[in-house]
Amino acid sequence: MADERRESRLWAIRGTLDRRHYALIAASSFALWLLVWWAITAIGIIDPLFLPGPAAVFRRFWSWLRDGDLLQDAGISTYRVMAGFFASAVVALPLAVFIGAYKPVRAFFEPLLEFARYLPAVAFVPVVLLWTGIGEASKITVIWIGTFFQMVIMLSEDVARVPLTQIEAARTLGATGREVLLLVLVRSSMPAMFDTLRITLGWAWTYLVVAELVAANSGLGYAILKAQRFLQTDRIFVGIMVIGLIGLATDQLLRWMHRRIFPWAGARA
Amino acid sequence: MTVKLVVRGLCKRFQRRGGSFDALADVSFSAAAGEFVAIVGASGCGKSTLLRIVAGLENSSGGEVRVDDRPIFGSDRDRAMVFQDYSLYPWLTVLQNICFGSRLMANRGDNTLADQRSVADRSVLLLELMGLSSVRDAHPHTLSGGMRQRVAIARALLCKPELLLMDEPFGALDAQSREVMHDLILHILALEKRTIVFVTHDVEEAIYLADRVIVLAPAPGRVDSVWQTDLPPALDRTQDLKRSPEFLAMERRILGRIRATSGLQRDLDALRRLTAH
Repeated sequence: MADERRESRLWAIRGTLDRRHYALIAASSFALWLLVWWAITAIGIIDPLFLPGPAAVFRRFWSWLRDGDLLQDAGISTYRVMAGFFASAVVALPLAVFIGAYKPVRAFFEPLLEFARYLPAVAFVPVVLLWTGIGEASKITVIWIGTFFQMVIMLSEDVARVPLTQIEAARTLGATGREVLLLVLVRSSMPAMFDTLRITLGWAWTYLVVAELVAANSGLGYAILKAQRFLQTDRIFVGIMVIGLIGLATDQLLRWMHRRIFPWAGARA
Repeated sequence: MTVKLVVRGLCKRFQRRGGSFDALADVSFSAAAGEFVAIVGASGCGKSTLLRIVAGLENSSGGEVRVDDRPIFGSDRDRAMVFQDYSLYPWLTVLQNICFGSRLMANRGDNTLADQRSVADRSVLLLELMGLSSVRDAHPHTLSGGMRQRVAIARALLCKPELLLMDEPFGALDAQSREVMHDLILHILALEKRTIVFVTHDVEEAIYLADRVIVLAPAPGRVDSVWQTDLPPALDRTQDLKRSPEFLAMERRILGRIRATSGLQRDLDALRRLTAH
């Protein structure tokens, strides 16, 4: 009887699941995909050129790592992603606060940003090359173009979603516009903005490969592109997976930080 | 008795697509210093709009609002407001929430509240009065609705506002918590002596708490009638009072006025005529 009730909680809409079981299910999902991958390559129905097996990919991972390039490639790629991401965030955060706070600023920027976010970052590669040369700046600029516009729009929505009564309560307690901005709008939207930054950091990684199209001679995206030229499918897979793992690790780290920094968030007062 | 708040000929017109809509038309009333005025009325009668204009959160389309015989300009700490949804700051502790107003003043070197020590004493006093001492360092999301609203009231009272404006403050609470809050607020106000304008849809609550009940009629919002409650002094009121014949009679008459002005009666009459055929 008790077990039955437990089961119904598990499968109830918006039911509950403790952390241990969550981790267990998550791990088994990874394991399942690995198993399927291994099975279909092991029975030999697919040419390893199209889809190499897990063992081949792991061997490539190991040799790439041992030759010393992998860490260097991952390092330079992480640097480019972070530089592009922080360059976006530094401009986007203050701008988003003003867009979210003041209607005229919103009117000035929002349609412009909505237009700009549909500009294909990839198509900017030739002009970026022209503007910034072939150094690191060009890669960082491409990532910046890919993330910045979306980031500002999403962050300004976070600011605009601060409950009106939080603002009005401050005003009837004598807060000036500046105080409402700094002590209420910014403070109140911080957890949501942190989450938005976490999501847009993922997008920055997706623009990495595009950015490393631009006259790069190092980095994971470059390695993937080079492997494509030599039909080294296993190397392509290693590159893709290393990017995925770095992304997963940073995402989990940022989630953990969110819980530590904003223990009060997630529940409205 | 000095007059604290004067509202004279207040109008509010909202522009809608395809015309305008009068939320308030020529509303006038006043509140004496230390008086508790409750505003009731059918939904859509503009009672919240009226309160928001007095708070300076919305502009009026005409008429004037004066506090201590000075016209109001925007919102300021002389008119603190308590909202139905508490509007606490979830990132601050209970004590920090209560001290939010004094922190604003300290930040800009405003010392009208005397020194910070007296503010600290006052925040501790309010914590005790509100029964919040044990949760002073807790965050709002860990508290019940009733406790959150007590924090919001303490926050509004800390800087001794001339007017305390309350917009359906107990509307989100269950019946039991609401009764506890009623007695608590009467006790606090007996000690604090503030002038209060209290908007509610609960007529019983309005009579029990207020010295005067103003009934607003809707479309356009205007003063329908004013009722002097003549209940015993705040500290002598008990929940039994709500069952007394005089209390019930006044409640029935006020509810009758609200029904009569709500337009629902006319609809019912029309319905009866329709079904008679």
